[in-house]
Amino acid sequence: MSSEQRLYTLIAELTYLCPLRCVYCSNPTNLAAHPDRLSTADWLRVFQQAAELGALQLNLSGGEPLLRRDLAELVAGAHALDFYSNLITSGVPLTRERLASLKEAGLSSVQVSIQDSVASESDRIAGRESFQQKLEVARWVKELDLPLTLNVVLHRQNLGRIAEIIALAENLQVDRLELANAQYMAWALENRSALLPTQAQLDAAREIARAAKERLKGKMEVLFVLPDYYSDRPKACMGGWGRHYLLISPDGLALPCHLAHTLPGLSFDNVQERSLADIWQNSTAFAAFRGEAWMPEPCKSCERRAVDFGGCRCQAYHLTGEASAIDPACSLSPKHGLITEARAQAQQSSLIPLGLRYREIRR
Amino acid sequence: MTELALSLDLKPKLAPKTKLRLDPKTGKYVLLYPEKGLLLNPTGAAILKLCDGEHSLSAIVATLAVEFRSEPLALQGEVLAFVLALFDRGLLRVAP
Repeated sequence: MSSEQRLYTLIAELTYLCPLRCVYCSNPTNLAAHPDRLSTADWLRVFQQAAELGALQLNLSGGEPLLRRDLAELVAGAHALDFYSNLITSGVPLTRERLASLKEAGLSSVQVSIQDSVASESDRIAGRESFQQKLEVARWVKELDLPLTLNVVLHRQNLGRIAEIIALAENLQVDRLELANAQYMAWALENRSALLPTQAQLDAAREIARAAKERLKGKMEVLFVLPDYYSDRPKACMGGWGRHYLLISPDGLALPCHLAHTLPGLSFDNVQERSLADIWQNSTAFAAFRGEAWMPEPCKSCERRAVDFGGCRCQAYHLTGEASAIDPACSLSPKHGLITEARAQAQQSSLIPLGLRYREIRR
Repeated sequence: MTELALSLDLKPKLAPKTKLRLDPKTGKYVLLYPEKGLLLNPTGAAILKLCDGEHSLSAIVATLAVEFRSEPLALQGEVLAFVLALFDRGLLRVAP
């Protein structure tokens, strides 16, 4: 799609509550500070305003969106606005009957996560027995003739089974397989030393994914996303701050990304107080990192500034303490040592902790 | 997919994961699929509207030739290349 500022996708994080406790959850670690505050009518109004702004895609996400009892109503509202609606779910808790009612309401596609190809490992990373239920849900999605994406977050503890994960996806007749390495933010940052893979692991996995992508062309879309810790250039986080994506947190904050509300000094508006169009076009927080004016050198004069848009502001802040710093994933950052040290540590298996810190509600 | 392209009798059909709709902001058609979208030019949109599993590739070429007042042979290459690219992305299927 074209490069100018244009809202394409609304990400509705309906709730941060979730039955799972995944060790790399991308929700903020202070979950309790953002309780569910939006009513059905609030969400429907936000969908309407997003459609008027030009959004075509709607991601119903969380936390676990199935925990919203009004989900079918929200799907129906999205359908009436002609959205392409994606349900991004763990599959827990769900019945076949409820899934059928979501399809009936006009749901466009379903993305189910698994954590590994082996039940015990998947359940261990999720912090709850859930693997068999997830497979069951994946089968229901296919039986109901809904498009199915299988989402698998990759890390050092499952990269070695990427071939088995791909085989499982083929077996489930998945339409799209998203193999995305963990982003080392939020809970994944807390578990980074236990999760960050080695270069050799990544190289091997990438080759297997590449071969599968070629072999399954036209049948199953295979996506493989490298971690920016190994790319030496920052990722184009959200395709650029406030360019194509708008995210609503469970308490109603309009955000450019999943963790923007963890950045200090920015005041994000609530959709209960201001219209989405006004926020998108006029809010100071959305303006803060749009374009190039905020960029430090060498970003400002970098030939890649229109490719990666200066990388990830949340990563810059959470690793360096400064939201406008150069993303340390970039080898041109003076703080790039933070990344290379983590990579070096990943090489030494004696330094890899065995324990994992599970996602939890902290008060 | 190359072997399939050889047959103009083939009847392409949009994959179930796609949604073809008008983008009110640009007035152009978009083909939406999970988390992505293709902004279509008028030819692309005209082709996809005919990818209903009923029209063969030769029928699509013939219809477009009338619609765009063009020589069928001149259009054929463009149609085949476009359709092939979409088969490869899993956005088109072959009707049985």
